[in-house]
Order: sequence, then structure tokens, then C-alpha cells
Amino acid sequence: MLTKRVISCLDVRDGKLAKSIQFQGTIDIGDPVEKAREYYEAGLDELVFYDITASHEGRGIMLEVVRRVAEQVFIPFSVGGGLKSASDGGRVIEAGAEKVNYNSGAVERPEVLSEAARAFGVQAVVLSMDVLRTTPTLQVPSGFEVVTHGGRQRRGLDAIEWARQAEQLGAGEIVVNSIDADGTRQGYDVELTRQIADAVSLPVIASGGGGTCEHLREVLQQGHADAALVASMLHYGSHTVAEIKSYLSQQGLAIRSSPPAFVSTRAK
Amino acid sequence: MARNGCGLVRQRRETYHQAVITIVDYDAGNPTSVQRALSAVGAASRISADPDHVLHADRVIFPGVGHAQSAMAVLEERGLDQALREAFARGTPILGVCVGAQLSLTRSEEGDTACLGLVPGLVRRFPPLPSELKVPHMGWNRIELSGLSGPEHRHPLFQGLPEQNEFYFVHSYYLEPSDPECVLATSVHGLRFAAAFACANLAAVQFHPEKSGPLGLALLDRFTRWSPTC
Repeated sequence: MLTKRVISCLDVRDGKLAKSIQFQGTIDIGDPVEKAREYYEAGLDELVFYDITASHEGRGIMLEVVRRVAEQVFIPFSVGGGLKSASDGGRVIEAGAEKVNYNSGAVERPEVLSEAARAFGVQAVVLSMDVLRTTPTLQVPSGFEVVTHGGRQRRGLDAIEWARQAEQLGAGEIVVNSIDADGTRQGYDVELTRQIADAVSLPVIASGGGGTCEHLREVLQQGHADAALVASMLHYGSHTVAEIKSYLSQQGLAIRSSPPAFVSTRAK
Repeated sequence: MARNGCGLVRQRRETYHQAVITIVDYDAGNPTSVQRALSAVGAASRISADPDHVLHADRVIFPGVGHAQSAMAVLEERGLDQALREAFARGTPILGVCVGAQLSLTRSEEGDTACLGLVPGLVRRFPPLPSELKVPHMGWNRIELSGLSGPEHRHPLFQGLPEQNEFYFVHSYYLEPSDPECVLATSVHGLRFAAAFACANLAAVQFHPEKSGPLGLALLDRFTRWSPTC
């Protein structure tokens, strides 16, 4: 039986780890490679890196971060942030990522999902969507609207419909990030996550709002998510990977065990 | 060079740190991930598309992600199919990973592809499963060792594996070797399938040891010392 995954998200700007709060401003909190290694050793199941760098030079720095992570971290990880084409995706895969993560780029040009799926296989294509709760309209009947550019641009696109479309196009996994919940630590948007998880047959990763272990349980069980993304809970040290996993496991969820680090017995 | 050459294998073992591990490059997935994981366990390797590098390797890792049919086409075009068959026949320890494991069997339902046939068996598509079970089977799943449980009966690749374990899988097709005796471990996703099998000097795993954390590294480490029994 597949385990429910605990994933952490690392926002990287100019090669440094940053954490955004409700998409308003960010603070630098360290070296992403060191952090990734620390979480890997603590038994985290997967990592997501978002490149929030604006500059062209920053992109090169990001690829270097990806390469360094791939040398030290032996769990799957995806990379996203500003990717627009299959060749953008190819560069991060070549640098060592398992999966590429499209967000605004896919809203602007949905075919990029098909192009990436053809190039790398559906298992390597992740659609991330930032979603805002709105009053239901004809265009957005569910009242969950897709937004882009860090939440600044409303797209008049229904999140549930977008998830279905992305599945058809070739996404292999969907990250659902609630803008309302992001950074609040008041819990995931369980309703949004469940509606999307039930609308598609892809794995869904819940994102935004995780503040306690109970929040993760809630979204993994009631929200039908396959994985939950945690950021501040780990980055600010209020929880450890082991605490989160042992809580979820005690609550009856199938969770990956955390084996001790590999120690070589090879004679030097 | 004689198959089952015990003396040769023993000699290899003593000089393993200079031994050459070839990672087969056939444009299917990212062989660099495997190379990085080998580096992490202290084993040097080379990524190569040259059939000679497969023939003259001390060990071969046959990785892969992608479509069986296009993968076989590239192997044939580069002469790597014959090189792998010959390396297998001469007793070189080979580790097939994911699509590499699948291509070692006779035939795949993916594109109805004739594979290398190193070991008799089929590669089957997961049948329609209940909606909560998704295909591709992607994520961390537990493997259960087959057969007798005592450590003395275990295959060398799985020595020391804890009963509570998980490995990282990504696949839509599963391994079905004809001889159930060669199945080393199984996993469950809607149905029970072979997560690993071994036959003589070929070992094959459906999961990705290079992405399976410390347990995956330990398996790769054991592969670099594995002397297939005579």
C-alpha cells in the first residue's frame, strides 16, 4: 500500500532559502541545499523547490542548487518557478530533479503540460495551482479561482475545471495551494483539496496553511490528499519530520518509516 | 571467459574499489541519478552508450524510465541489446532498475514490445483499479521478501533489510517473471506484483534504489559487492 507523503517546500531566491507569508514579502532563512539534506536525513519523503528569483542570473544559480541537492539527497524532488516550456523543464531534469513543476506558465499556455509529458513522461509533470476563494460566478462556479504571479493576478479560471483539464493535457500530479490559507498556519483548505482530489484521478498534494500535525491528518483523510506540503512548521523549527510522521502513523495513516542514514562499510 | 568463474569473481571482490561499473546510457531517464547514488556509497562508475563498455565492465547497471518500445529501439540502434545479452551470458553482475528491469524480461505489453529476454517473463499493464488506487503507481511502498525468511536464505541484495521498509516506485507496468521461484520481493498496489527478482547474475528491481533514501543506497552498495553464486 502506498504511503501518504510528507513533502516540504523550499522557496529559493538567488540561491538562498526564503519563506513567503501570504505571498507578501519574503525573508531569507538559510541555505536550501543544507536544509534539503537535513530534511532528507530526518526522513522526509519528497521535496519541492520553487525558484522565486526574478533575474536571469538567478536561474543559473538555481540549476546549481538543483545539482548540489541531487548529489546529496536521494529522494525524489521537483523544481518549479517561472517554467514556461518543456526545454525549461528539461534543464532542471538534467540538473537532477525528478519532476518539473508548472504554475503560471501552464495557465498562460496549457499545451506546455502536454509537451512536457511527451518529453519526460506524465510521472514527471506536476501542475501547481494557486487558488483563491471567491464568490461563485458563471466563470468560476465552484468559487475557487486560479490566480497567478504569486496571487496578484486573478485568471477567471475555475480551479476544479483547471485540474480536470490539466489531467487531460498530461499532468501527472497536482499541487493545490490555497492562497487564503498560505502562511496562516491555521490549517489546509480541506474543502478545496477534496473537491480537486475527487475531480481527478491524479495524486493531489495539499499546500498552504499547515500549522499542526492534526492539520496534516485532516487534509490527508478528510481532504483525500495523497500528500501534504509543509513549510513553516519545519522551517521555523516548531515541528520535526519525525514528530509529524509519528503522529500521522499513530492516527492510522500509512506513513513511510524513517530509516537511519546510510553508513558505508566499505574499506577506505 | 567462463560463466560461473568463481576465481574471477573472488578476485574482483578484492579489488572492487577499482572495478568498473558501467551505467547503460540509452536516452531513457537520467543515468546521472544512479551515478550520484553510487558515488554516495563510494563506488566509481561511468555512464556509457558504448557496447564495449558494457561487455568489459565488471558490473553493469541497466537503469531507465520511459516507454519500453522506444527504449528497446535505442538499445538496438546502439548495439547495446547484444552487449547486454553477452554480458549476462558471461556472468557479469547486472542490476536492472525500473524500465531496465522490465526490458530484461521477454515481452512487454507497453507497445507490445519484444524485450531482451535475459529471463523469461512478461511486463504487464496494471488493470483498472479502484479509484483511490492510481496508475502510475507512484510513491513509497513497502516490499515483502519472498520465500524463506531466515537471513541465511536471503538474497545478498536484501541482507539486513528491515521488515518495515519502503522504496520509491514510479511505474504503470509491472514485472511478471515466468518462474515464481526467482521473485525476491513483492509489493501490493491493487494486486501483488514482483518488486524484485533475480536469476543467476541478473538482479532486477522495479523501484528506484537511487531515489529510495538510505535503504536504496544500501541496496546499491550491496550490489557493488555482490558475487553471484556459482
